Amino acid sequence: MADPGVMTIVNSVQPATGLRPPRRIRVPEKLRNLELFLLLFSCAINAGAVVMVQLGALGSIDVGQLVLLGAGLSILVIGAHTALRFVAPNADPFILPIATLLNGIGIAEIYRIDIEMNQTGWDSTAVRQVVWSALAIAIALAVIVALRNHRVLQRYTYVFMVISGILLLLPILPGIGKEVYGARVWIGIGPLSFQPGEVAKIALAIFFAGYLVSRRDSLSFVGHKFLGMRFPRARDLGPILVIWAASMGVIIFQHDLGTALLYFGLFVVMIYVATARLSWVILGVGLFLAGALVASQVLTYVNDRFSNWLNPFAQSTYDEIGGSYQLVQGLFGLANGGLIGTGLGGGQPSITPLAQSDYIVASLGEELGMAGLFAILSLYLLFIARGLRISFSGTDDFSRLLGIGLTFVIALQCFIVVGGVTRVIPLTGLTTPFLAAGGSSLVANWMIVALLLRLSDTVRNQPRLVV
Amino acid sequence: MNRELKRVTIVILAMFAALFVSVTTIQFFSADALANDARNARTINASYSKQRGPILVAGQPIAQSVPSNDQYKYQRTYTNGPLYSAVTGYFTLDQGTTGIESAMNQELSGTSDSQFLSQLNSIVTGQNPQGASVELTIDPKVQQAAYDALGSLKGAVIAVDPKTGRILAMVSKPDYDPNILAVHDTDKVISTYNDLLNNANSPLINRTLDGDLDPPGSTFKIVTSSTALQAAGLSADYQLPNLDGYPLPGSSSIVHNAGGGTCGPGATVSIQTAFVLSCNIPMAELGVQIGRQKLTDMAKAYGYTTSFDSPIPVEASQFPNIGDDAQLALSSFGQASVRSSPMQIVEQSMAVANGGVIMQPNLVDSVRAPDLTVLKQFEAKTLQTPITSITASTLSSWMVEAVDSGAATNARIDGVKVAGKTGTAENGAGDPYTLWFTGFAPADNPQVAVAVVVQNGGGLGESGTGNDVAAPIAKKVLEAVLNK
Repeated sequence: MADPGVMTIVNSVQPATGLRPPRRIRVPEKLRNLELFLLLFSCAINAGAVVMVQLGALGSIDVGQLVLLGAGLSILVIGAHTALRFVAPNADPFILPIATLLNGIGIAEIYRIDIEMNQTGWDSTAVRQVVWSALAIAIALAVIVALRNHRVLQRYTYVFMVISGILLLLPILPGIGKEVYGARVWIGIGPLSFQPGEVAKIALAIFFAGYLVSRRDSLSFVGHKFLGMRFPRARDLGPILVIWAASMGVIIFQHDLGTALLYFGLFVVMIYVATARLSWVILGVGLFLAGALVASQVLTYVNDRFSNWLNPFAQSTYDEIGGSYQLVQGLFGLANGGLIGTGLGGGQPSITPLAQSDYIVASLGEELGMAGLFAILSLYLLFIARGLRISFSGTDDFSRLLGIGLTFVIALQCFIVVGGVTRVIPLTGLTTPFLAAGGSSLVANWMIVALLLRLSDTVRNQPRLVV
Repeated sequence: MNRELKRVTIVILAMFAALFVSVTTIQFFSADALANDARNARTINASYSKQRGPILVAGQPIAQSVPSNDQYKYQRTYTNGPLYSAVTGYFTLDQGTTGIESAMNQELSGTSDSQFLSQLNSIVTGQNPQGASVELTIDPKVQQAAYDALGSLKGAVIAVDPKTGRILAMVSKPDYDPNILAVHDTDKVISTYNDLLNNANSPLINRTLDGDLDPPGSTFKIVTSSTALQAAGLSADYQLPNLDGYPLPGSSSIVHNAGGGTCGPGATVSIQTAFVLSCNIPMAELGVQIGRQKLTDMAKAYGYTTSFDSPIPVEASQFPNIGDDAQLALSSFGQASVRSSPMQIVEQSMAVANGGVIMQPNLVDSVRAPDLTVLKQFEAKTLQTPITSITASTLSSWMVEAVDSGAATNARIDGVKVAGKTGTAENGAGDPYTLWFTGFAPADNPQVAVAVVVQNGGGLGESGTGNDVAAPIAKKVLEAVLNK
């Protein structure tokens, strides 16, 4: 049932016939039918992208790969859609198609780079990406089915705190922690490896939401006035200092600037939304900048990132180990794409290191051009807009905080990755949500999809609570 | 809470706006600058993957790109590589390019401004982009005749239509096969290139217009006589003392005529006789009489000290400032510090043949897009006008007389009036001579002007002459043009 106030307005403009029942504003079947229509559209584009890759890079159609890469993902998401009809019929109809489209375009481009690097069978990153997608979508379905009301999560606020702490610490532990490209953010068990930090961002968002709802009064109403703003008391600074320390720990011990920025940015935005105090933002940004400044002086890799960002084309920076080679090659790739791109299969994205994961945006920008990147960024914006809409229409503070947290984490991650590749900010290693090759990233982002779907379904089924 | 959510929304929009701006900056505004960065492997690879246009002679490709099975997609191949090596130059993957391959690179690679629309078209239609074809002015018969006539001698031949400037033949020897530099194995290319570069005979140099230029010897008497007739206003009959030895002013050195003795009988000799018999002493006396300024001006009017594009860049021939009368005397018959390319020498004949006007020598007839539309068409244009038509016709009759009964008799062709001038230039004591011939035919309606240089004395040390060695080569080239 929708807002009773809206119902009144609708009734007043319609002539009262007395015979027709009042028009229902939201019809679950209509939402799901729209979702199905959009999903089919997404799947068609994804299959088309694989066909374009084959025509562009191979010059012929490889039916086996087309079925595996195109139909594989389609069956999975249609399955998820069918489940939604039963377990979350009121869920937002745009989120699943957008995630599907991004995931599919990612698979097509990863496949394209596989072809360029002659990787087939289990060496093929695209095949593994499809398998990971299957696992991620299965986990997302499990979340939706198991979690019938997201507010249950609030009860386990501190459990999620502990979970996120453990996930963050895992890569540092000897034995299972692994260092890849200088960053210690991986764990490896046998042949499998995983980036627990990706999943930690969800646990953190839930923890922040639960914690801030319960403590918002003391965090927002008490404090000293200074420069026209109310600053918190020293003893209320505890939480932000703990999060700050944890972020700095990530920078120092895991060598992962991007993740630290992601976590800290998430916290600052959520505490601002919870307390409505701009002073938290100023404190937070100040703390992080101070920390980053010190880190750039003390830690070589942070210093490198900054000099690469400021002066990537200097020959010395370009030649240095840990220098700007990757950044510059990515820029060359983007420039090669120009306005309309080389066409899928027509570019040379594999010249850039990590073209399938961290640099998937540059690879896509090369082959789909500025037009294609604009479309992809717009897809993210649309996804984020749906998340914001869910957050705006949340019926209670926990839902709204969780909604904005999950939405902002996607937005910020996009900004950090794409901004890093395009020199808006220094480059840090993060994955582009849904697009990039990487299992942990896919699992985490599909879990966010599940949570947002669950949130939207609950919001639409509940009358608004006055808080 | 809604107010805060709205603000966060604005922050997110601002972040994405920054991304849209940065993407636009890189992919639109800076795209060209990034593409031109020397470190951009994509640009380099793209230039190989595009089908480079062919170079054509009489409609047949002498250089073309054929599909290959490696990463570069196309292999450059040269038909009759050594025959045309001076013209085509070579095209390597990343070790440089010369000749027409270099001078017409933008057209051949399809990146010239006039090909922008067709490039855009091939992006939209998904066709493989292709470079334009370059049709040359070379006449294959004349080229072959010049190549065969020069044989194994070290030197160069250039033949030009004096009325239009169209280059009919351009041969430089020793030659090389550009195919061996077009292979896709960079290490191999570098070692081949170094072998050619270190070869004492410098096969990579196009001797018609480049390299260590040679003293022009008696062929320069065309310039000295032009100065006398035109700038100094002397008549053909102007008499000079006929000596059997000329002491250089301010020096103990004595200038002799070729073969010793005086320049024919009599106490005095005319400029015309001195020219026809190619005597050094009267020319030295004449140069000193007309003065260094007039001679320098005329040399420059003939093209010395300026370079131009044919479109292969032509090295400027040298006529340094003259310090004293001894140098002036020696320069008057093409010694001292005067240095000429065959291109410069053929321009001297072209001026005489074409009423005083040198048409700019040019190798390119037309440039055609892959769809055969003409992008550029050759147009004759004037390079220099050093002399009047009256001076030209006087010199023309002297050059005809030189071939008929003078010092250039080995260029005679039955039934054709050939104009010519030989040169036998000294390169310092004990060094082999440089042997020259330049001329044109038929003298009353010139169809071809030619210049031949044979270096290293033609293997005869200091005993060969221009008439013995160079004139017969030129004769075969003239015949190839006239007998077709």
